[in-house]
Amino acid sequence: MAFAIQFVIDVLSLGGAYALMALGLVIIYGILRLVNFAYGELIMVAGYTMFLASGSGLPWIVMAVLAVGMAIVFGILTDYVAFRPVRAKSVTAVLITSFAFSNLLQNAALLFISPRPRNVPLPDIFSQTVSIGGAITPVRNLITIAASILLLAGVAFLMRRTTLGIAMRAAATNFTMARMLGVPANLIISSAFALSGFLAGVVGILWIGRIGTVVPGVGLEPLLVAFIATVIGGMRSLPGAVVGGFLLALIDTTLNYTLSQDLLKFRDAFTFSLVILILLWRPEGLIRGPASGQRT
Amino acid sequence: MLDIADLSVSYGAIRAVRGISFTLRAGELVSLLGANGAGKSSTIKCIAGALKASGGSITLEGKAITSASPEQVVRAGLATVPETRDVFPDLTVAENLMLGAYIHRRDPAGNRENLEKLNALFPRLAERSSQPAGTLSGGEQQMLVIARALMSRPRILLLDEPSLGLAPSIVERIFEMIETLKKSGLTILLVEQNVNQALAVADRAFVMRLGAIVASGTAEEIRSTSDLSAHYLGG
Repeated sequence: MAFAIQFVIDVLSLGGAYALMALGLVIIYGILRLVNFAYGELIMVAGYTMFLASGSGLPWIVMAVLAVGMAIVFGILTDYVAFRPVRAKSVTAVLITSFAFSNLLQNAALLFISPRPRNVPLPDIFSQTVSIGGAITPVRNLITIAASILLLAGVAFLMRRTTLGIAMRAAATNFTMARMLGVPANLIISSAFALSGFLAGVVGILWIGRIGTVVPGVGLEPLLVAFIATVIGGMRSLPGAVVGGFLLALIDTTLNYTLSQDLLKFRDAFTFSLVILILLWRPEGLIRGPASGQRT
Repeated sequence: MLDIADLSVSYGAIRAVRGISFTLRAGELVSLLGANGAGKSSTIKCIAGALKASGGSITLEGKAITSASPEQVVRAGLATVPETRDVFPDLTVAENLMLGAYIHRRDPAGNRENLEKLNALFPRLAERSSQPAGTLSGGEQQMLVIARALMSRPRILLLDEPSLGLAPSIVERIFEMIETLKKSGLTILLVEQNVNQALAVADRAFVMRLGAIVASGTAEEIRSTSDLSAHYLGG
């Protein structure tokens, strides 16, 4: 029983983080049909904001809000620096500018802060453990689960019940038509980047909370995870991103529990083999996105 | 009301519209006729702001909207129903209509009133308001796209091939509705391949061929032009 509880908590906390990461990526992809390769750096920005604010004596929660705020600012900045100037150009141009912006941010961190890991302030509760039905689990896992549920519900509400969310969903299906109804393109795109930055900021705090330190390349793994989860779930579907995130977490956690110590080194190989099998079965991902789609 | 002067539209080296000029007067229904590839849809898309003009000007009540974005055009009072019948398939009928009123989102009372009027005009849509638009039939989707355009309370409606690919009985209903809209005082530019029906509702018409206007006049005059079929068949 304790084992089962442990397993479920592990899957849900990892899956929640994965789902949020994937959602942040798919929100941009849905509207612009482009992968934002600078997405991982938004997580890095959140981490370094925490590090830089650590000496200020501010309460932790204020630092966390600041970190999420900076991730939002950098999200919007990604739009202005990497996307907006080349949006009308080729897909390749935008891919390269998003890579360039990602590199620029990473190198700025290397140059102005340090290539070495920096400690991020974390409240005590992040390192405490709790016993549930005999299973000992870190409280931060429960915090991750709670934060994911809240944020997923929040995003669902935004996308289904608000005019902005409905306009974003419409723009993801047919951008030109949405504009022909008076929906301003720039507002929709900037909102998508802001929302993506917000999710990256929260994920950043939760993710870095597991490691306790931030390095310039900290965003690479979340970007990869988010990308795989969206590919499994369906690149253009928001529910797909969430399903993909949880499924990837289920695969990872199951392998962690079942593989022997020798084989654990090759866990990613097993994970990717399963991902390939899923894609052979459902090449478009588990959940199909909106029927039509086009770039601006 | 709407003045098109010497308008040209190009796709790279291909000139789809070659310096056409016409005027739309308030309350009038003008049909733009012509065979496939004559440049009708390019003209509509250009007026709607979805395509850039390579020359000429578009003026709405004295205000130049030649290089306006699609969102500025709809704010200026010009709504477009594209030929591709672009409903948002994953959004419900109600959500589609709500987006149609995007530019009036700060006036929910006015939108409700407008919606009630439209529900009377399109009872089928009212019945299906919570259904995803993608599950509607072709005719219902066409009704939805027109109703959605009307939610922006336009002064001019651009209708691009509203009868395309629909069963004759539904086409008839669409044209009845166009009549109703015309009687309500709406100014309409109607692009159609269905010549007879388009001329039956039109005050005036223009015939386009290879990107240029080759005939113009009242619906009656156009009907009696002997070479109309020649223009149509491209002969």
